[in-house]
Amino acid sequence: MINLFQKFGRGWLEVFERFGRAHMFLFQLIAALPSLFGRWGLLIKQLHSTGVMTLLIILVSGLFVGMVLALQGYNSLVRFSAEEALGQFVALVLFRELAPVLTALLFAGRAGSAMTSEIGLMKATEQLAGLEMMAVDPYKRVFAPRLLAGFLAVPALTAMFGAVAILGGHLVGVELLGVDAGAYWSQMKSEVSFTHDVLNGLFKALVFGFVICWIAIFEGADCVPTSEGVSGATTRTVVYSSLAVLGLDFVLTALMF
Amino acid sequence: MMGNVNTTSESGSQLVQIRDLHFQRGSKRIFRGIEMDIPRGKVTTIMGPSGTGKTTLLKLIGGQLKPAKGTIEVDGQSVSQLSRAGLYDLRKRMGMLFQSGALLTDLTVFDNVAFPVREHTDLPESLVRHLVLMRLHAVGLRGARDLYPAELSGGMARRVALARALILDPMMIMYDEPFTGQDPISMGVLLDLIKTVNSALGLTSLIVSHDLHESMSISDYVVIVSDGKVVEAGSPDALRNSSSAWVQQFLNGASDGPVPFQLDAPDYKDDLLGSGSNTPAANGSVAR
Amino acid sequence: MNSRTVEILVGVFMALFLLAMAFLVLKASNLTGISGNSGYQLHGYFENIGGLRARAPVTAGGVRVGQVSRIEYDAETFQAKVTLNIDEQYSSFPEDTTASIYTAGLLGEQYIGLEPGAEEDTLSAGDEITLTQSALVLERLIGQVLLNR
Repeated sequence: MINLFQKFGRGWLEVFERFGRAHMFLFQLIAALPSLFGRWGLLIKQLHSTGVMTLLIILVSGLFVGMVLALQGYNSLVRFSAEEALGQFVALVLFRELAPVLTALLFAGRAGSAMTSEIGLMKATEQLAGLEMMAVDPYKRVFAPRLLAGFLAVPALTAMFGAVAILGGHLVGVELLGVDAGAYWSQMKSEVSFTHDVLNGLFKALVFGFVICWIAIFEGADCVPTSEGVSGATTRTVVYSSLAVLGLDFVLTALMF
Repeated sequence: MMGNVNTTSESGSQLVQIRDLHFQRGSKRIFRGIEMDIPRGKVTTIMGPSGTGKTTLLKLIGGQLKPAKGTIEVDGQSVSQLSRAGLYDLRKRMGMLFQSGALLTDLTVFDNVAFPVREHTDLPESLVRHLVLMRLHAVGLRGARDLYPAELSGGMARRVALARALILDPMMIMYDEPFTGQDPISMGVLLDLIKTVNSALGLTSLIVSHDLHESMSISDYVVIVSDGKVVEAGSPDALRNSSSAWVQQFLNGASDGPVPFQLDAPDYKDDLLGSGSNTPAANGSVAR
Repeated sequence: MNSRTVEILVGVFMALFLLAMAFLVLKASNLTGISGNSGYQLHGYFENIGGLRARAPVTAGGVRVGQVSRIEYDAETFQAKVTLNIDEQYSSFPEDTTASIYTAGLLGEQYIGLEPGAEEDTLSAGDEITLTQSALVLERLIGQVLLNR
């Protein structure tokens, strides 16, 4: 019985220790960010492997999410003969919640896991130690560009997700279900505020991108440098960042809207 | 059993001086007051049984790990007391060859070798090209410049890593197990390279290895480490004629001797008859 | 992949991002939040505002001319004080303009409709609209119908 409590206690202590290490890591990571000035090549390379590589999955999912939203929204709205409000419904649901959250979840699965396994493998194959011994700071050369790239890529992907989803909604709502095209667009335009809805959604995406990359880079750099260690770290990245995104989304929504 | 650590010569001829070094990982004490000198301009090999922390020693010299106690001086500077910037300046003058080569997998061979120059200097690209091709030619891999590390064999990767370690004209190169898993031909190539590079460029080489004969053949000075201490140090010839039974066993690879074949255990006969305990004696460390 | 291809792809990526942003700004949302400060404020007191909310549209002759910027309860007059933000370009409402709360459709959201009067003098920033008409509250209406029968 005592042993059980001891195990429980040690488990918690390990959690706290890891949490503390993650924060120390974050401070070093942020301190390394200014060194990126003038070294845009590194950033561009990471924007490619985070942003461009995630683009296709984001566009396809965005299209389908918009189509589903239009379908569901139409079925509910038509009962109150308010199907004119479909554009507004689709756009508000997207900008406030679905676009940032779904983009962040897809990004965590696609780019976050890749980031962790890449850094983990660099650790396992002594590349990080090799950089250290060449007097090159891995925080500046490897970690910081990835953080900044993710930080920029997630809002960009969110905007594209939103735009494509609205077009998807138009496709189903207007072309298929016969909602008036003028009503779809004008209702949307008059009821969706750029500052209040769109920018707040993009701000959410900014926060999500930062947190996902922080988790992904930390898990990679902190993993046990074996193949099991790397695969475990990759799984943890996806699980932790998905949970963090959903939890933060609640907090941010409560604060913003 | 302390070796004859040479403390009489003036410190100028010693590039690395290790004094009273203690280090432990978790509860395992790896070094217990080890003392060692690495002579300048020579090839020195550190040998010892597996698990004696030879790679750890290289990491301590490179400042990647901090000792619990004691000092490591490299070229007169105490590694553990340097600031981050000072440590990085020192590392620019040290090359290190990792077991796997540690090449950056997303860069070509050429870019890998050019990497330290591009990171630390603003030399024009034409000059960088010259420097890189010179080093690649020296290791015989000028033709592999456009390949990626994944397309190289283990021996070739190590040669590329050597070219990269040489690019900033270091004063010292550390080799971590350079011969492990090499076929005889690439082993010969590596041996040749280490020897010629050392004499041609006036470097200090520090090799960590348990490939006895290969490393003895190119070393000027050999240090044998076991159980956290230096057991014996001297020239290869001096070691071959050592009176220590332990050294003789290590050099000849005899399976039984001062290091027993059997780990401490209860009497075999008692054990078989079931009267011995199931656990070995509590002080069951490997006897010398 | 060579760095030229990478740079081109990242360039395309950023161009798509700008395109998406332009689309969101121009087609899918309005910038009233930003341009809202360029209008002027009027206020009026209502007996009952029904379901009117901040940011509800203000129209005149069916055309949107501004939005409700603030709603508060005035403890002295026991009425709801509604502040309107009218766009700069619609600056000549007569003093006897009537502000009424209407409902878009039977169950739609509520908005304020302005009906200009005939006075020569016009309302300027900070003035009060004295002629107001409260919201039509459905329950009250049904109650009246039942009592009058």
